[in-house]
Amino acid sequence: MSFAPRSDFPLLAAQPSLFYLDSAATSQKPRVVLDAIRNYYETANANPHRGAYRLSGAATEEYHGARREIARFLGAADADTLIFTRGTTESMNLLATAWGKQHVHRGDRVVVTRLEHHANFVPWQQLARDVGAEFRICELTPDGHVDMDQLRLLVTANTKVVAFGHVSNALGTINDVREIVHIAHAIGAVAFCDGAQGAPHLRVGFDALDVDAYAFSGHKMLGPMGIGGVIAKRALLEATHPYQFGGDMIEFVFDGDTTWNALPHKFEAGTPNVEGAVGLAAAVRYLDGLGMDAVRAHEVALTGYALEQLAAIDGLQVYGPAGAESRSGVVSFTLGDIHPHDLSTMLDVDGVCVRAGHHCAQPLMRALHVAATVRASFYVYNTTTDVDALVASLQKAKARFYAHA
Amino acid sequence: MSAELDELYQSIILDHNRRPRNYRVMDDAHVHADGQNPLCGDQLTIWLKFDGEQISDVSFQGHGCAISKASASLMTATIKGKTRDEAERLFSKFHGVVTGVHPEDAESMGSLKALSGVSRFPLRVKCASLAWHAMHAALAQYATAGEAAPVAPVSTE
Repeated sequence: MSFAPRSDFPLLAAQPSLFYLDSAATSQKPRVVLDAIRNYYETANANPHRGAYRLSGAATEEYHGARREIARFLGAADADTLIFTRGTTESMNLLATAWGKQHVHRGDRVVVTRLEHHANFVPWQQLARDVGAEFRICELTPDGHVDMDQLRLLVTANTKVVAFGHVSNALGTINDVREIVHIAHAIGAVAFCDGAQGAPHLRVGFDALDVDAYAFSGHKMLGPMGIGGVIAKRALLEATHPYQFGGDMIEFVFDGDTTWNALPHKFEAGTPNVEGAVGLAAAVRYLDGLGMDAVRAHEVALTGYALEQLAAIDGLQVYGPAGAESRSGVVSFTLGDIHPHDLSTMLDVDGVCVRAGHHCAQPLMRALHVAATVRASFYVYNTTTDVDALVASLQKAKARFYAHA
Repeated sequence: MSAELDELYQSIILDHNRRPRNYRVMDDAHVHADGQNPLCGDQLTIWLKFDGEQISDVSFQGHGCAISKASASLMTATIKGKTRDEAERLFSKFHGVVTGVHPEDAESMGSLKALSGVSRFPLRVKCASLAWHAMHAALAQYATAGEAAPVAPVSTE
């Protein structure tokens, strides 16, 4: 079931006995991404937007060319509504701080879901506390989906924003973005989507989703760390005050006041992360080469295989949706009463890299009544060999742990 | 590496994890302190009772990985009857061994030697140390406030 060749990924190629199953935390990088970053510094590096010399023009073109490619990949026709940030965390903070402080007031309601990563939970919780708004959490159905009936009740006339994840990082649940957007829009609220776990695995199609903003992280989709962004509707961005102040984002600075530059610059203060943008553009070209429909098909097949193999281990409990079709390539589980950190240490000795812990989703873990789970997550370079190594190592760990019981 | 796992998860550790000693709430304790590791959700409480300088009784409760639970259990079994100074010195020695700074001290730690395998797994030192940090906080509180006042939770993050 080889899909993206392991030889395309220098770290994986150099460590043939490593079974990397933590792509929901960060993905490995293909050589084309590393080459693109190096090539940028070797041929086009200068501060974009600043210089009247040709090299600065080349850097500017590299940067905005990357923006156009990434916007196209995510299905946004208006590339200037893609704001580069450090990643989803900064994107959600931008929305909660810049848009939120301006549009959410005392007595308003802010709605999130029980599935949220802390990065799409805490900014809204703190915004609500700061302005005196009501912060409400939509609970889940027993199989780990957002309870849409409850959401319809929670989204009342005073609701200003519904913030939700496209895909749960802890359970892999794929949310019905269109339906959540529809519920928010029906009463005039905006809908913001945390796409950190969506953009790497699913065709996004931003314009067709009708969502007001969609945030993503480059490093989870084969790109470098430190780059990501948010795409938002032009009218929303134009009606929102800047998030940070500095170079690039200004138009005219007078002694007593300042006017703002056009989009996207208005939200990109300071020297931009050009190498990150260029690296991420190379990553989306690589993903386009694979085809996002094929990426999804590969993950469904691999996740289905993993769910089947894991079900055969006595005492192993999987959390989240039952079938591979309704989850992305994420499988969260516990094994008997073995603590996930003990399991992770034992798996690590066999070269199996998994995440153990609360997955930055403590409110969700409390609702599931577990302190922590083990999470295996798959991406384009994973194969059934990785799943087989995981299962074999789990069997060994179980034998070791219960040897003297 | 498998030999290192054998050492880390040796039978005494797995036994103390499964059947922790002194695992109870102590209603008449002089001090208690919470230890928590937010990263992995481990949480435990240590209770201490004194007879003058001597720790006359010690207990714990909580949840966590096998390493943190076994370490707490072994700690309670070891420090009961020791003076406060002796307990603190044992913590220093224990810390030196699990961090791999003073491996030579392992032999003089009695049953705590079972935890010396942690030194090969730097990511697990916090697990092994959690109960000890809580005990240290409880002792410090006792030293300053005597038999009064609860102790603020200590965190290994």
